[in-house]
Amino acid sequence: MPWSTRVSVTERGLGLRLVLARLWSRRAARTSLLLIVLLYAVALFAKQLAPYPPATQHDIVALKDRPPSAQHPFGTDFVSRDVLSRMLYGARVSLSVATLAVLLSVTIGLTYGLIAGYFGGRLDEVMMRLLDALLSIPRLLLLMAVLTLWTPAPLSALIILLGVTGWFSVSRLVRAEARSVRQRDFVAAAHALGARPHEIILRHLLPNVLAPVIVAATLGIANVIILEAGLSYLGIGTHEPTASWGSILRDGSDAFGTAWWLMVFPGLAILVTVLAFNTLGDALRDALDPRQLPGASTIPSTAEADIQRTLTPQRG
Amino acid sequence: MQSLIVLVLVTTISFIIIRSAPGDPFSYESPNVSPAVRQQLRHQYGYDRPLLEQYVRYMSSVARGDLGYSIARHEPVTQSLAAALPNTLLLMGVALALSFVVGIGLGATQAAWKDSWFDRATSTVLLFFYSLPDFWLALAILLGLTYWLPLFPPGGTIDLVMHDYLPFWGRVGDRLKHLVLPVMTLVLLIAAAIARYQRAAMLEVLPLDFVRTARAKGLPERRVLARHALRNALLPVVTLLGLVLPSMVGGTVFVEKIFTWPGMGLLTVNAIDARDYDLVLAGVIVGGVMVAIGNFLSDLLYAVVDPRLRD
Repeated sequence: MPWSTRVSVTERGLGLRLVLARLWSRRAARTSLLLIVLLYAVALFAKQLAPYPPATQHDIVALKDRPPSAQHPFGTDFVSRDVLSRMLYGARVSLSVATLAVLLSVTIGLTYGLIAGYFGGRLDEVMMRLLDALLSIPRLLLLMAVLTLWTPAPLSALIILLGVTGWFSVSRLVRAEARSVRQRDFVAAAHALGARPHEIILRHLLPNVLAPVIVAATLGIANVIILEAGLSYLGIGTHEPTASWGSILRDGSDAFGTAWWLMVFPGLAILVTVLAFNTLGDALRDALDPRQLPGASTIPSTAEADIQRTLTPQRG
Repeated sequence: MQSLIVLVLVTTISFIIIRSAPGDPFSYESPNVSPAVRQQLRHQYGYDRPLLEQYVRYMSSVARGDLGYSIARHEPVTQSLAAALPNTLLLMGVALALSFVVGIGLGATQAAWKDSWFDRATSTVLLFFYSLPDFWLALAILLGLTYWLPLFPPGGTIDLVMHDYLPFWGRVGDRLKHLVLPVMTLVLLIAAAIARYQRAAMLEVLPLDFVRTARAKGLPERRVLARHALRNALLPVVTLLGLVLPSMVGGTVFVEKIFTWPGMGLLTVNAIDARDYDLVLAGVIVGGVMVAIGNFLSDLLYAVVDPRLRD
């Protein structure tokens, strides 16, 4: 049985609590969840936490490229800005870009996948063929091309572009789930009772495909954080004076042999954040997986394997 | 046939998305260029025609094997591609092969020793590498192994000064030496994904009856794992080729830029900096073609290794 069965666990009410309990029982999941909450808090209170405004140039001659000190715990950059302050504000940019972009991807992916999965037939075939082509386009290259021609792209454009290039795998996942749920008896019953398509999609299909989507979204945030850092590193993501972790790295990469603090601190920030989201995503997948409940079958179906593959951390 | 449709769609979608970005190659020239000259350049290169006409012209010339003219490199795009593609294929080919060997080996060993210290340590290290930005890892490796510990050359495919004077094996060694760091970066990034998947696939096979039978026959554990379990756990991993290729194509962009490896990634990055429309579009399309071919191959391979799918 494909994934949908596991959500019937959730339907029985004890599901949500069970999932949370299973999640909380793992130390790695607990740690990463707390870390993520902390990171969002830092992003939210960047203004209160930062010792200086992020774009202030303190003394471009005397305080240029200074190593960490009491006044500037993470050092200063090539125009004497405080790296710690830039990183705290950078957390705000990196996290909000990733979160909003993934929300957009999930919304588009859910809509597309539910429509294809519910209606099936010719429409489904055409939509899936289109999806194959979209999945073949290397996301990074396409983003690079569009963003360079659109310099400087505002932050909202960056979010939208990351969002509209990130929904392909989500919708494939949703479609597979929706198709299998659609064939189950309670959907047939709803049909027989005269429910209209949008009611069936919203009331019956949507809640039952959400579990894997949540996992995909968590892993998606990790992926987008890396992508945004890469684009900013290439100079086409966020633009001066906005700080994101990637743009601090870009400033540092010109002097990475001498000014190690410009490379190490933002690199660690990205690593820890991405690690936390990837770990949480993994743990969520396991917590939502009924095969790990007592008495579950151990033999995977092909659809199952396909879904599992989509739900491992991805990049690019 | 199906792949052909995918190719046409990839080209069309790339074309639409890139053309819909505000600006064209002549919007960014220096402010000293007068609007009249810009307009004339646009006219000369056909950028003032309706989008549909541009599209039809572009598609028909692509179908004839003409990918346009590189404004920045002053040569046909196909010529630029012909120079860059072999380098990228070499880099990606070696990196892919090594990633699969390393990933499958690690993943299978982890599964065989599930929950041992080796399994835990490997999982942690792999997830660590997996969560690093590609460019950061490449920069760190560049800094560590060419600057602090100057073991390898910092970039390029050959030693530009010495290469031609070396004996045959010396030249092979020179090429290999230049290949080490870019390949290493890619393998560290890609093998992690493969190992994770191989481990999961192996764990699914190990509790099955035929493995128990093999053990009951008294076969040595090594043989049970290698001949019985691993062979069956390899099936799903084959399909990873299609999954890994997009991240590979993305990863090579940073790796080629940082190690100045003259392949498709570097070509595309430079083309983007020079607003070289035709070359950028060709770069995206070639990337898409690689991924599409990868998907096609992995479907094909899946049918080859899984007798149940054979007719």
